[in-house]
Amino acid sequence: MGVQEASQNKEQLSLERFDVLVIGGGVVGSAIARELCRYRLRLGVLEKNPDVCMETSGRNTGVCHGGFAYDTGSLKAKLCVEGNRMMDSLSKELDFPFRRCGKVLVGNTREDYERLLEVIAQGEKNGASNMRMIDEEELHRLIPGVIGKFAMLSGNSGILDPFQMTIALAENAVQNGARYFLEREVTGIRQTEEGYLVETSRETFRTRWVINSAGLNCAKISEMLGIRGHRVIGSKDDYILLDNRLGKDLPMPIYTVPSNTYMGIHVTITTDGNVLLGPTAQDTENLSWYGVEQKNLDFLYKAAMDLWPNFTRADYIRTYSGILPKWIDGNGKIQDFCIEIRDDIAPRAVNLVGIESPGLTASVAIARHVIRMMQERERFPGNESFDPVRHGIVRFAEQEPQVQAGLIEENPDYGQLVCRCQKVTRAELLQAVHNPLGVRTLTGLKVRTRAMMGRCQGGYCQMRLTQMLEEELKIPEKEILYSRPGSPLFFGKVREIADTGNNGTEKAEAGNAQNGNTESERGKGMDIGRMPGDKRNSMEPVPGEEAHS
Amino acid sequence: MNEKNMQNVRNVDVLIVGGGPAGLAAALRLWEKGIRNILLVEREKRLGGILRQCIHDGFGLARFGESLSGPEYAGRFTEKLEEYGIPFLTDAAVYQITPEKIVTVVTKKGLLTFQTKAVILAMGCRERTQGALAIPGERPAGVFTAGTAQAYMNLYNRMPAREVVILGSGDIGLIMARRLTLEGAHVHAVFEIQPYPSGLARNLQQCLRDYGIPLYLSHTVTEIHGSSRLEGVTVSEVDEHLRPVPGTEQYIACDTLILSAGLIPENELSLEAGVILDPRTKGAVVDEHLQTSVPGIYAAGNVLHVHDLADYVSEEAELLADAVVSGLQENDAQEEKIPIRAGEGIHHTVPQKTGGREPFLLSFRVTRPMQDVEIVVRLADQVLLRKRRKRVVPAEMLRFPIQPFLNAVQKSGEAEVESPSEYRNRAAQESPSGYRNRAAQESPSRHRNRAAQESIPENRNRTEDGMCEENSDRPAQEIVVEIRKIMPDEGFGKEVE
Repeated sequence: MGVQEASQNKEQLSLERFDVLVIGGGVVGSAIARELCRYRLRLGVLEKNPDVCMETSGRNTGVCHGGFAYDTGSLKAKLCVEGNRMMDSLSKELDFPFRRCGKVLVGNTREDYERLLEVIAQGEKNGASNMRMIDEEELHRLIPGVIGKFAMLSGNSGILDPFQMTIALAENAVQNGARYFLEREVTGIRQTEEGYLVETSRETFRTRWVINSAGLNCAKISEMLGIRGHRVIGSKDDYILLDNRLGKDLPMPIYTVPSNTYMGIHVTITTDGNVLLGPTAQDTENLSWYGVEQKNLDFLYKAAMDLWPNFTRADYIRTYSGILPKWIDGNGKIQDFCIEIRDDIAPRAVNLVGIESPGLTASVAIARHVIRMMQERERFPGNESFDPVRHGIVRFAEQEPQVQAGLIEENPDYGQLVCRCQKVTRAELLQAVHNPLGVRTLTGLKVRTRAMMGRCQGGYCQMRLTQMLEEELKIPEKEILYSRPGSPLFFGKVREIADTGNNGTEKAEAGNAQNGNTESERGKGMDIGRMPGDKRNSMEPVPGEEAHS
Repeated sequence: MNEKNMQNVRNVDVLIVGGGPAGLAAALRLWEKGIRNILLVEREKRLGGILRQCIHDGFGLARFGESLSGPEYAGRFTEKLEEYGIPFLTDAAVYQITPEKIVTVVTKKGLLTFQTKAVILAMGCRERTQGALAIPGERPAGVFTAGTAQAYMNLYNRMPAREVVILGSGDIGLIMARRLTLEGAHVHAVFEIQPYPSGLARNLQQCLRDYGIPLYLSHTVTEIHGSSRLEGVTVSEVDEHLRPVPGTEQYIACDTLILSAGLIPENELSLEAGVILDPRTKGAVVDEHLQTSVPGIYAAGNVLHVHDLADYVSEEAELLADAVVSGLQENDAQEEKIPIRAGEGIHHTVPQKTGGREPFLLSFRVTRPMQDVEIVVRLADQVLLRKRRKRVVPAEMLRFPIQPFLNAVQKSGEAEVESPSEYRNRAAQESPSGYRNRAAQESPSRHRNRAAQESIPENRNRTEDGMCEENSDRPAQEIVVEIRKIMPDEGFGKEVE
């Protein structure tokens, strides 16, 4: 399973034959893999990064859209509404955070008001529901501190955790027999009589069906399939992530009135209670540069202040950037999702181009749409043993005290807090280290547990995280990756210390401390000190402890 | 809390959160003063806090008169702790402190609950991060805070850098410039956005000049390059408003960016306990006993305000322990306090208020380097302290003992006692501006509901830091700490220290 499949030989042919290979481990690729598990098929997913969800799927606002913003009759509208409707059951089945909290589009002028009425009308035609205009009083009651005279409230909109959702889909696929191949960048595709040979940066895979779900690289893969002429440009969005202390004051995302081309800046809340400012929506030809620009940061600050001025620069936790792949026509006009099977050029190849927003909301609906198209050409036998239920990591911080006590009793690692600010325990981190996808990066631990996501950004816990990766997975320190391929954290050891074993830290510390640290002589067994009135390291309270001398 | 949990509640007189220099010193002093039902809780496997990774020397000069490494300095305290048999827990994280001073601790052996009479906050501080600084550019591997790099090198034996740029001239950054150089890395330069260094003079000499590492003032990193591992940074000069000057950009190829751009007191637990923070120190608002806004919860060390020297952290914690001992014995009601305001040239003060009847140590920092200055602490026309200094810098924490200035404590039986409120009423009558309102006087509490306050767009009175400016409405009665330049004709007398 996973990256253990690595092969030194580039030309090596993967001996196995797959029925379906999905190119791209984003939310759509993972949704397709998971939905295909409902059939008896040999499934593989090729992902160029060391983890899923590392490009467009993970670099967005995490809003579950209502479906009102898209042209009636488009796939975007249809699949978004469909995806929105299934989100409650999906999040329960797959154990990822989703909250149908609603969202507002805030306006101030007469034109705004009319535009919002049009949006509602369009939404109703699209099959979205639960939308209405609210007046200033209701708006301010809903969201204290928002600036605006009225708003459209979309009750069906919500927020979800895009990382958890993608990971959940991928893990559920793996649990049902699909296989993820990480760090496999597709370099070429050849048609054969039985299907396709898919060449990657490591080995070559054989498959009958191939699915281009490559996100930003969709046009490249499309060309490899022989389907030429799709033009794709990027729309780059910069974001500022704010402290999760602020979330309690923002019950739902705030949007401005959309124009035809730009949804406007949003102030969004994440399922973890962070507040997000963004996006900036700039066209770009460079689909791999995720740099954040100063002018965008300045713009976001100002624009958000005009919408929800309840934050300061001291609340900044992180900035980041994402790129949406947009399929455009010859005039540069943005097109609908392109989901096609070109039987004439590339039979048994599903080509997904320009899957941008609302791709996250629509992901499972897209997957089902793709499978309907495949089944029009080939009937797949059902998989009776498919299990749609996946359980995520049980989070200590989200439990009631009694449950917490039970967790520690069952597994003492739950009693060891590794990340202070997000209250993540060693038990959760160990589950993340041994995740079903075989992800072994530092950010892989971060998105699975929230460790390093708080205001110290791993200043306290990241050393412990890298140490766990080294010790648990027996990875040499030079091979510990931060996030992307080629992102090592260390150049080696500071000093080679004889006989370090897995205990280098303790030895290094004892050495560095010279003779000063009495603690180091106390020995490793001493993980709990003395209680008041107790000389014996016992955790039992001693009667009459006040009388202790 | 249900009955089962109630049975497991243990009683502790004083619980100390954190086993670094503040927590250790407080524990020892409490014990020496006869308070025995205490418990020190440390989240790490070992006591010592951040001292454990500070393997450089320079600790203990003020306190022990000799230069020790961090672990040696901590050892002086932990040895005594051992000798006395003071109760402590390691590998135990305080999970929650309630305003009723019930403390929950997470350990491998379960959740422990303590009902305490007093809690001492000694959690230290954290470093300002790349995200908080909002440096433009990409997010590759190879950007570390100085403390993280220090921990990797000194505690984990991992080498995180080869070609290094350091942003910020804080002391940890300077220490790391030397440490990295000694371990074979190449430190290109240290860049400081302010026009003056933020680290101590001795570190500038011993960590930079002695190794030929250049320090560029009024410079900052304006872009981070590299999608996987850091490939380089763009550095620019800044103007007097700290804004990058176009055209001054230069690219430096490097694989590591070390950030040493500020420390922030670690007060997440304090906030949950209802402790009110000072937006300037980012630590608790305390009185002369270092007691926070929650009675019975005290704070000392870097969790209260960032210190320059560990020695002063220990000393502050000892003064705190003395106050806790008195508090436990006397259990006196909260008397009214007179606010202390950071006036001209002063960034913040600790404490932020005092009853005025007992001596206390006033700590503060200046906002910018100045020469030939006079520091004045006054209550209306009454001068409580007047000191001259040849040179003051923000890097240095200034500390002066302040003597009682109101009439002696009531229980001493002396006549002519004037309470702060009586004084204030009198002052209000005498002052032309008059006593305005109580809310203005208790200004720190305004920050409790920051969101509500700042939702009013007209009130966007922020500093670059994002913190609110002081309200211009001053209470009638307050102590003001200020600094002023001495004019040449005033002479610069013998008073200078």
